[in-house]
Amino acid sequence: MTDERTSTGSRPLMPVGVGPALPVAPGDGEFEIASHAEPVARSQWQLFWRRFVRHRIAIASIVVLLILVLLCFGASFFAPFPNNQQDLLLGPVSPNGTHWLGTDELGRDQLTRLLYAGQISLKIGFAVAFISTVVGTAIGALAGFFGKATDQALMRATDLFLVLPAIAILALALEFFGHTDTVIIIVLAGLFWMSVARVVRGQVLSLKEKEFVEAARASGASPLRIIVRHIIPNIIGPIMLNVTLGVAAAIITESTLSFLGFGVQPPQTSWGNMLSDAEGYVGTSQSYLLYAPGLLILLTVLAVNFIGDGLSDAFDPQSEKH
Amino acid sequence: MTPDRSSPPDDTADLSPVDTASLTLESTIDSGNGPLLSVRDLSVSFQTDDGLVRAVDSVTFDVHENETVGIVGESGSGKSVSSLAILGLLPRSAKITGDIVFRGQSLPALSEKEMEKIRGKEIAMIFQDALAALNPVYSVGKQIAEAIAVHDRDVDKQTLRERSIELLDLVGIPNPSERVDQYPHEYSGGMRQRAMIAMAISNDPALLIADEPTTALDVTIQAQVLEVLERIQDRTRAAIMLITHDLGVVAGVVERVVVMYGGRQVELGSVDDTFYDPKHPYTEGLLASLPRLDRRSDKHTRLHRIVGQPPSLIHLPSGCAFHPRCPYAEVPGRCSEDRPELAEVAPGHRSACFFPERVGSLVEEPA
Repeated sequence: MTDERTSTGSRPLMPVGVGPALPVAPGDGEFEIASHAEPVARSQWQLFWRRFVRHRIAIASIVVLLILVLLCFGASFFAPFPNNQQDLLLGPVSPNGTHWLGTDELGRDQLTRLLYAGQISLKIGFAVAFISTVVGTAIGALAGFFGKATDQALMRATDLFLVLPAIAILALALEFFGHTDTVIIIVLAGLFWMSVARVVRGQVLSLKEKEFVEAARASGASPLRIIVRHIIPNIIGPIMLNVTLGVAAAIITESTLSFLGFGVQPPQTSWGNMLSDAEGYVGTSQSYLLYAPGLLILLTVLAVNFIGDGLSDAFDPQSEKH
Repeated sequence: MTPDRSSPPDDTADLSPVDTASLTLESTIDSGNGPLLSVRDLSVSFQTDDGLVRAVDSVTFDVHENETVGIVGESGSGKSVSSLAILGLLPRSAKITGDIVFRGQSLPALSEKEMEKIRGKEIAMIFQDALAALNPVYSVGKQIAEAIAVHDRDVDKQTLRERSIELLDLVGIPNPSERVDQYPHEYSGGMRQRAMIAMAISNDPALLIADEPTTALDVTIQAQVLEVLERIQDRTRAAIMLITHDLGVVAGVVERVVVMYGGRQVELGSVDDTFYDPKHPYTEGLLASLPRLDRRSDKHTRLHRIVGQPPSLIHLPSGCAFHPRCPYAEVPGRCSEDRPELAEVAPGHRSACFFPERVGSLVEEPA
């Protein structure tokens, strides 16, 4: 109990009579009593937040991720040099006072490039995860809930997408529609939704047999309403976990693609791109170019995974019992 | 068993009002508009790998406004399937014949969209296992609000919340304004059942179907829940269809009883007629097997039991489904050859037995 109170600051969590409901000053007394006499209404989000903050690592991860997002998308403000500014005479230099992370062979400031590249990498990661989760959840839920022909059609389509050779499709699509981040996002999302669909379908299959779904039907809810209001909230944990896995997978896949030369094209850069550029410097005095983008990818993926852990726990109301 | 005998033609929907009236009991208060719910010759069967399961077979009864009707029978006698059929909640594999008329409307003829408007609004259901029937990720208040919002999307959040608290108060949840934000797993068993009732009555339904509402509860809580149901009925004047296997529950709150056996209706009558003067050997056997305080018993007397096993719905006995277990049956004879129809034995009291006059010795028999 003490633990709970400290973890959420001074907000009274306990119902009347248990919480710190004593009036402080005689003048405010009446008001104080009145405000506490009303039982504390804890909204779903408050409860959710309370459970979430118990995950210290998840909280730390959110902070790290927020800082990253802020720095990258505020790059024009934070970056020490203009984007893509070259200094051919300078060439590659090791980290020093002016260029904190050094420069590449064209004399571009590594820190500046990292921040601008982060825009692309993070955008691809989150957009792909979001789109693929929405698509996958919708398809999985419809297939699982309606079953029969709907299920067959949707799941066979899912299987079809699963056997597509991802790299080949990506290479083709990018050649065809251009190497822009939008094309990469759409293609990756199109290749990422299947696992979500399968997970969601399986969960819906078991949930739709539950009596509360029958009860919802008996109260006159339409199938769509049952899916959205009664079933999805029950699987929000696994879905959120999938979002976070998707973010990580998308960032890594984009890096792989860039590494293979299929990713975004110069002058656009992503972290994967920077890695592939730095590939040739392994074991040379410029190997520092390799570490920063690699570390940032690792940091982002880890942070997102920890957040996913925290979220899936926090979305389960029964985890309140400890 | 001859499968086509009990599949009535489709014109049962046109049953004349005279027919309905003949089943109306004198003891019931009839508002003059006919019964609220009228089930006519309802049969439900499922095709399974082992054969055709006739879960409900030619069931006919009425429920009038503000009346409580008990549907009694053992597991597998077709009680719950009947109630699901009324709400149109049976899986598509179920074959339904006969008619269900609610306020003059034939329910099986309605589209799914039209049924959705009736479910929860006109006819609401209370489930047996409240923990399973409540959504674990919503607070109880949210679920009651949702039950209201399904039928009225214009109600604002604040009103929904106030109404939820009111309903919880009505069903006797202590501290409702605090409990409204708690989750089902934070409620006790009796409170969950009350919350279910609160959800069911949230739209002021004309008919409440309570499917074994007290079975999962211990005796003192059972009494409280039944009391809540009665109080609700006084207030909302809703009719209640109480499905149970507990004769004690029936005796306490019900006005009329439908006794079911093997998917068929074996007796129908007022609770007094049925309990004090049963006219079907199955009903009599059930009553005689209850322990009673007013009957002398010592260690040498045993409770009465109905010999044999409940029938398999796939291979129902020929003739009267109860004849293999019946102490009065003429076997071989009429009982094993012909199926007895529900016939009037006294005004408002019907029994599906060829020899209703023989029934009664068990109850009167001194212990």
